[in-house]
Amino acid sequence: MHMADALLSPVVGGSMWAVTAGLIGYSAKKVKEEADDRKVPLMGVLGAFIFAAQMINFSIPATGSSGHLGGGMILAILLGPSAAFLVMASVLTVQALFFADGGLLALGCNIFNLGFFPCFVVLPLIYRKIVGADPAPRKIMTGSLLSAVVALQLGAFGVVLETVLSGISELPFRTFVLLMQPIHLAIGIVEGVVTAAVVTIVWKARPEILRAAQRVVPLGNVSMKKVMVGLLFAALVAGGALSWFASANPDGLEWAMFKTLGTEELKGRTGVHASLAGIQEHTAFLPDYGFNPPSPATNGGEASARFPLRRSERRDSTGVSPWSFKKSEPATVEPAAGAKTSWPAVDAGTSVSGLVGGTLTLVLAILIGWGIKRSRKPWACAR
Amino acid sequence: MSHHIVEARDLHFTYPDGTVGLDGVSFRISHGESVALVGENGAGKSTLLLHLNGYLTAYQGTVRIGDYALTPRNLNAVRRSVGMVFQNPDDQLFMPTVFDDVAFGPLNLGLARDEVERVVSRALATVGVAHLAKRPPYKLSQGEKRSVSIATVLVMSPDILVMDEPTSSLDPRSRRRLIELLKTFRHTKIIATHDLDMALDLCERTIILHEGRVAADGPTRKLFQDEALLQRCSLEKPLRMLQCPVCAP
Amino acid sequence: MNNIGTNAFDIGYLDTLAGADSPVHRLDPRAKLLTTAAFIVSVVSFDKYALSGLTPFFIYPAVLLALSGLPVRYVLRKAAMVSLFAVLIAMFNPLLDRDILFHLGPIGITGGWVSFVSILIRLLLTVTAAFILIASTGFNALCESLRELGVPRPFVVQLLFFYRYLFVLTDEAERLVRAWSLRAFNAGAMRGKVFIPLIGHLLLRTLDRAERIYRAMLSRGFDGHFRIMRTLRIRSGEIVFLAGWILLFVFLRCVNVPVKLGALLRGVSP
Repeated sequence: MHMADALLSPVVGGSMWAVTAGLIGYSAKKVKEEADDRKVPLMGVLGAFIFAAQMINFSIPATGSSGHLGGGMILAILLGPSAAFLVMASVLTVQALFFADGGLLALGCNIFNLGFFPCFVVLPLIYRKIVGADPAPRKIMTGSLLSAVVALQLGAFGVVLETVLSGISELPFRTFVLLMQPIHLAIGIVEGVVTAAVVTIVWKARPEILRAAQRVVPLGNVSMKKVMVGLLFAALVAGGALSWFASANPDGLEWAMFKTLGTEELKGRTGVHASLAGIQEHTAFLPDYGFNPPSPATNGGEASARFPLRRSERRDSTGVSPWSFKKSEPATVEPAAGAKTSWPAVDAGTSVSGLVGGTLTLVLAILIGWGIKRSRKPWACAR
Repeated sequence: MSHHIVEARDLHFTYPDGTVGLDGVSFRISHGESVALVGENGAGKSTLLLHLNGYLTAYQGTVRIGDYALTPRNLNAVRRSVGMVFQNPDDQLFMPTVFDDVAFGPLNLGLARDEVERVVSRALATVGVAHLAKRPPYKLSQGEKRSVSIATVLVMSPDILVMDEPTSSLDPRSRRRLIELLKTFRHTKIIATHDLDMALDLCERTIILHEGRVAADGPTRKLFQDEALLQRCSLEKPLRMLQCPVCAP
Repeated sequence: MNNIGTNAFDIGYLDTLAGADSPVHRLDPRAKLLTTAAFIVSVVSFDKYALSGLTPFFIYPAVLLALSGLPVRYVLRKAAMVSLFAVLIAMFNPLLDRDILFHLGPIGITGGWVSFVSILIRLLLTVTAAFILIASTGFNALCESLRELGVPRPFVVQLLFFYRYLFVLTDEAERLVRAWSLRAFNAGAMRGKVFIPLIGHLLLRTLDRAERIYRAMLSRGFDGHFRIMRTLRIRSGEIVFLAGWILLFVFLRCVNVPVKLGALLRGVSP
């Protein structure tokens, strides 16, 4: 359920970080405004609680497998949206730093997927509406169940979008969705049940905590619309800026989206690939784009193996553009001098050189490190 | 603050769930006295202590610390004067390092940085944990945590030291070290404890609480010899005053 | 199954490692944080079929590991246990991308395998970099540097508190689980009927603890404002470190050194 650095492109990762950073700033401001001194130790300790609770596995009846608590909804219910968001962010940060759960670039995505939806979307729109000011066990159960399911569905969908838009994994959108959503539906139900039970326990023993969290108005003076617009703007700016850096071709972001869709022709496909590509074509929901691959001669050899052609291009040897598009405009591709051109053919010669050089470089790097280590005097532990 | 007197007059307190905490507690402790607060679990010791720095407010009766009657307005002054060390050091050491924990109080009081450094170092040295300054609390032993907790309070130069079960879960040597340390303090000391032997060592006066009321208030030695009293309050004689199982048949 | 003990040990171990002394340890945490960020961004910015272009980046963890004296085998082991999710998703690549990119002698290497290996390399690099950051800096110092870099104070305070009570809570959880397992005999994982009261109990204790901590904070004059004393200084050494590495990353990102090197060796024009 966690995004990983290795599957993330810097464009997507950076944009999500921009959004998450904005959310953290916003939440911190709200927490300061609420000025509830009690919350300071409560937030820290609840974060540690969630962290510890996540390490306890419990068996899920009728499936024979085990699972663990997510905790986003519990935090949101006990602390209110802004405080809970900060707590979730801190839990995920520590997990990323110490357990390599995901990675530091993906942290932005993870905080968003697992924090934003439960705290800022599901809590006010679903849970609070169902449970209201006067909790009762049945309302808590319904509210928690629905909230957990929706929050996890949204979070899982976030992962799908981020992975697919990054274009590093080959998994097509449709397959990924069909994989993630049902699994997380089941997880959501379990999470909902556990959340409901735990919240009920707290409600019975320490109702004042729930009441204090309830009093926190989710967004205060700022309207939800303004916040969403602001975040969207931040994401677009970051995404645009990053994609501009990432490729000399300003169509970088479109290129990423194009990779997702893939409207190659179906001929010559076999097996998994064929059926998936087929499904993909039929479910494509963004308008088609078209690109003209420049001829291999215009590329500097260094640029090879950088942005390889789509599968269809490589296969088709007739020289005719293999795409047929509905509304394609040939995007102008300027082969910049040296490194940053797009769409070169993968030159076999370069690849072999690359492998040789790469192996050598690797060995060199390790040798250098080892050499440095040998030459240093043993250091003393400061204790 | 002139006389560092701690005075409670007819304190009554009930918990939100209806349990009676204090049922008319009165006493007067003068400057420099060492008083042990003894009683069974649930007698009201911790509750009483929490009234002494204003964390809990009695619905009837008053608390006076020195010249001040305890009111919401002078809470800060009182808290500076009354240093409270709680039972569980993990609740008390909440900062990233030992140094940070001890510096927490002075920084809140608005001391300048170099002044803070000075008082912190002094407090750490007094309790003998100067070498632990950069250590995170979770890496300390129970005894070390206890010492650091005391340092966190000492650093604010309180006039009155209030402690809740300071020797619980300490090994014999740490316990002995703590008692020796406390003996060197000239502050007014109010110590809630089950450790009656420590009370004998440290406190010349004892207040026995039973069911939210003061059952006895007098010289420690005399109280601990009153078996009937101890029995009534669900207590026992300190180990030191019991008959030696080897010598006596 | 319930690996509470080992996880907590790992964090504590990382803290212990951070307490050591080396040129890397002595660097200002901000420099290390920014360098690590630059490294990760550079590595991740490669396209999916990058292989040779990534290899020079191993110089960063190699040099830092050597200079800092951190345990190499430990790092590699942790990196191997990493992000199961990513590897699982990455496994699909060889299945889906069957088009042969190039030939190594008689064997055709498909794009799927290339991208798969690329992902693995990326994982190794980024995990190692993050580990080096944490193990040579320590969490508390890292939080301080975050604050200096402008991260909102409430969040940093939250991180510090959270970290402080991590061990306490995992300890408590471990004790509860141990108590359960002693009476559960052959059960694999906890049944829901046991888990929920156990968690609920832990939560209530946690809430009580929060109350007590708050009490202690009040007794020492807490007024809502968190004050921590730290001295972080940027010296010339840090600037050199930061600038040097960033320049190197940019260079390596733009110029594929291994390809040139390999071509040179093969006597072929690159």
